Amino acid sequence: MTETSAPPEVSPARRDFIYYATAGTGAVAAGAATWPLINSMNPSADVAALASIEVDLEGIQVGTRVTVKWQGKPVFIDRRTEAQIALARADDTATDLIDPALDAERAERPEWLVVIGICTHLGCVPLGQDSGDPLGEWEGWYCPCHGSHYDTAGRIRKGPAPRNLDLPPYTFVTDTRLRIG
Amino acid sequence: MSGIPHDHYEPKTGFEKWLHQRLPVVGLAYDTLMIPTPKNLNWWWIWGIVLAFCLVLQIVTGIILVMHYTPNVDLAFASVEHIMRNVNGGYMLRYLHANGASLFFVAVYIHMFRGLFYGSYKAPREVTWIIGMLIYLMMMGTAFMGYVLPWGQMSFWGATVITGLFGAIPFIGEPIQTWLLGGPAVGNPTLNRFFSLHYLLPFVIAALVALHIWAFHTTGNSNPTGVEVRRGSKEEAEKDTLPFWPYFVIKDLFALSLILLIFFAIVGFMPNYLGHPDNYIEADPLMTPAFIVPEWYFLPFYAILRAFTADVWAVQFVSFITGGIVDAKFFGVLAMFGAIAVMAVAPWLDTSSVRSGQYRPMFRWWYRLLVIDFLVLMWVGARDTNFPHDWISLIGATYWFAYFLIILPLLGLIEKPETPPATIEEDFNAHYPGAAE
Amino acid sequence: MIKKLTATAALALALTTGGAIAAVTGGPIEDEDFSFEGPFGTYDQNQLQRGLKIFTEVCASCHGLKFVPLRSLADEGGVGFTMDQVRAYAAENFEVWDPDLEDGDGDFRAAKPTDPFPEGNDPNAPDLSLMAKARAGFSGPAGTGINQLVKGLGGTEYITAFLTGFTGEEMEVAGSVLYANKAFPGGWTAMPPQLYGEDVEFDDGSANDAHSEAVDVAAFLMWTAEPKMMARQQAGFVAVMLLTLLTVLLYLTNKKLWAPHKGKKLDL
Repeated sequence: MTETSAPPEVSPARRDFIYYATAGTGAVAAGAATWPLINSMNPSADVAALASIEVDLEGIQVGTRVTVKWQGKPVFIDRRTEAQIALARADDTATDLIDPALDAERAERPEWLVVIGICTHLGCVPLGQDSGDPLGEWEGWYCPCHGSHYDTAGRIRKGPAPRNLDLPPYTFVTDTRLRIG
Repeated sequence: MSGIPHDHYEPKTGFEKWLHQRLPVVGLAYDTLMIPTPKNLNWWWIWGIVLAFCLVLQIVTGIILVMHYTPNVDLAFASVEHIMRNVNGGYMLRYLHANGASLFFVAVYIHMFRGLFYGSYKAPREVTWIIGMLIYLMMMGTAFMGYVLPWGQMSFWGATVITGLFGAIPFIGEPIQTWLLGGPAVGNPTLNRFFSLHYLLPFVIAALVALHIWAFHTTGNSNPTGVEVRRGSKEEAEKDTLPFWPYFVIKDLFALSLILLIFFAIVGFMPNYLGHPDNYIEADPLMTPAFIVPEWYFLPFYAILRAFTADVWAVQFVSFITGGIVDAKFFGVLAMFGAIAVMAVAPWLDTSSVRSGQYRPMFRWWYRLLVIDFLVLMWVGARDTNFPHDWISLIGATYWFAYFLIILPLLGLIEKPETPPATIEEDFNAHYPGAAE
Repeated sequence: MIKKLTATAALALALTTGGAIAAVTGGPIEDEDFSFEGPFGTYDQNQLQRGLKIFTEVCASCHGLKFVPLRSLADEGGVGFTMDQVRAYAAENFEVWDPDLEDGDGDFRAAKPTDPFPEGNDPNAPDLSLMAKARAGFSGPAGTGINQLVKGLGGTEYITAFLTGFTGEEMEVAGSVLYANKAFPGGWTAMPPQLYGEDVEFDDGSANDAHSEAVDVAAFLMWTAEPKMMARQQAGFVAVMLLTLLTVLLYLTNKKLWAPHKGKKLDL
């Protein structure tokens, strides 16, 4: 397989250009074919559509709590009474806070406390959403698994849980519509 | 290995030598890629690469589709719609997979008919041919089971009809059918086992493809003249051949690229043209579609299956001498599998001393007739069985068997073949006058 | 011979493959001009919105679209609602059963964008999600499907012809009434005629005669069956362009590579 020599006026770079162009285009085509395969494993449209949910707040009375499901997890929405807000604010400066945080930081609008309803200890769902549930010593939530007590701002006050109840990302679309996620 | 003499891999660096002594994998890849290939191969020899590409395409898209598919009679149809609507690019992957099966069969039929014309099946390449036929059988099984998975009307009723073929076997047919289906009718057990096998068989095919390549790398490629590469010395062999890389790789890739251009145009703009619309209706065990047709690539053999009805004298004769054990239904099943079996034994039916059809004046006509016969059978397989379709399929099926069982053996005895060129080099230089200098 | 073979093979393949589609033969189907036909066709957003309205006000009383998520009404290249429009449309028109409500006892609630269109109320009314693709198979000649390629005769034409194909005749069979239809295979269908013209009012004053309504709802059903058609055609176009370039380059590379062995002089 001896290559016949090219005419002398053609430079080597010019001679091989077509090879490089072909290899380059082939690589682009192969890359373009690979991306859809990888992308197909990203969350599909039905999963992505559940990444954020909107909750209608209209029917929730002052002093009641509702649970909604967001990304497979319970989210507690608590429309707090003036008394509950006052109770939470009063404890902002308490010295026995395990995970100190201000109530104003935890509730964007004081009336609405939105927390992920999963105990930060071992992942149980704390009680306190239904009327008649034990609320714990601080009138918030009580986790029956290992006895963690949360206050009306969802802060951990007593028991093995290390952190306050986590806050989901949320925004108020309107005064009566809450978007979580 | 009695291969064509050529340069072999020589490990140079220390690491190469170290690895080569322990696992000569680089040498294997080198010898495979640099195999001396007859330089007169024409464009009919590009379909092997297309087939290899199809296998990879089907496995890769298939693995992704499995990540989103649910093999359950209540969920399968909906999960396919989930792929089409929700999965990122899922519609593309599914259409590629569905139309990829069609491309696979276009390629395998052209590949097989190329072998039939140029006598590629003849000694010493019988094993390559037989393995190829096994691959083809596996492909048919895989395609059939894959077609059941979307659980549309044609999926369900196609599965019912085809597994019903096994029920035609005398005495043991019904237990075999029940065993295949996992129950008295096509149902969830059927779907689950078809899914399992549909995933398994492509890897069996991949292994058979490796054997197929190994076999023809041992004997060397066949070529349009049917004349063997000279093997006396490396210099002599190099006059007849060029290494597979880069000459044939680039040639094949050019052809593949052109074929994919057409393929992607079909996938992009008319992806449902080759599929049956009824498969967009979810399977309903209580309602049979007006007209059940298999996918286009099964049609020639489906036509042969239907050709032999109880009023054909050959069927009556066989039924009589077997005391009714072989009835029309079983005869049809035997004919369908027989049509593939006669292809597989072609190496022993063809008595001609000349390999390539190019130099066989009478053979050429009978061969052309076989190609037309195949296409006519494909057409008639999708029609109803009323006159004249019943006659067309019967004549077509008869010719198919006559070609392999009568014409191939007889032609070798009565035909006076032309003289092929003495060497591949001579053939090549006749095409390219400048090459001789 | 090889060239001849290729030509016959291509022709025969085109003829036979369409044969598989020759299943259903009904009455005369007229070709309609749909905006999404052809390789560069797109859905007409206004037409889809009209079709959605007809579906909602007429078809949905019996038929469902259970494979179509409501959120996809906001997808690009389709009906083109905003998310707020989808939310309003879902809540106004559909109620769904939510097994999570009432402490796991389940209850009805207004539909949300993440829900699919509900299933039909009438078990005899087939789901329409994929109907435009499932009814694509009538076109000839001689069951070759050539019309599908040349004229674009597909499921949408069938749906249009079916919806406008009622002759007014009725027949009672085993206690149920059948209605004569020119397009329906067999000629008699269990579905009573639905579109008489002026069945819906469009805000923009678009034509609402029976034929226009049938065309609009057929177009909408094409979208429900193949919502990704635009994206698919774009992907196909990019692939064809890229492969054209690659094919040309590989052709030149191949020519250049082989030239010395074929004794040809080539300046590339």
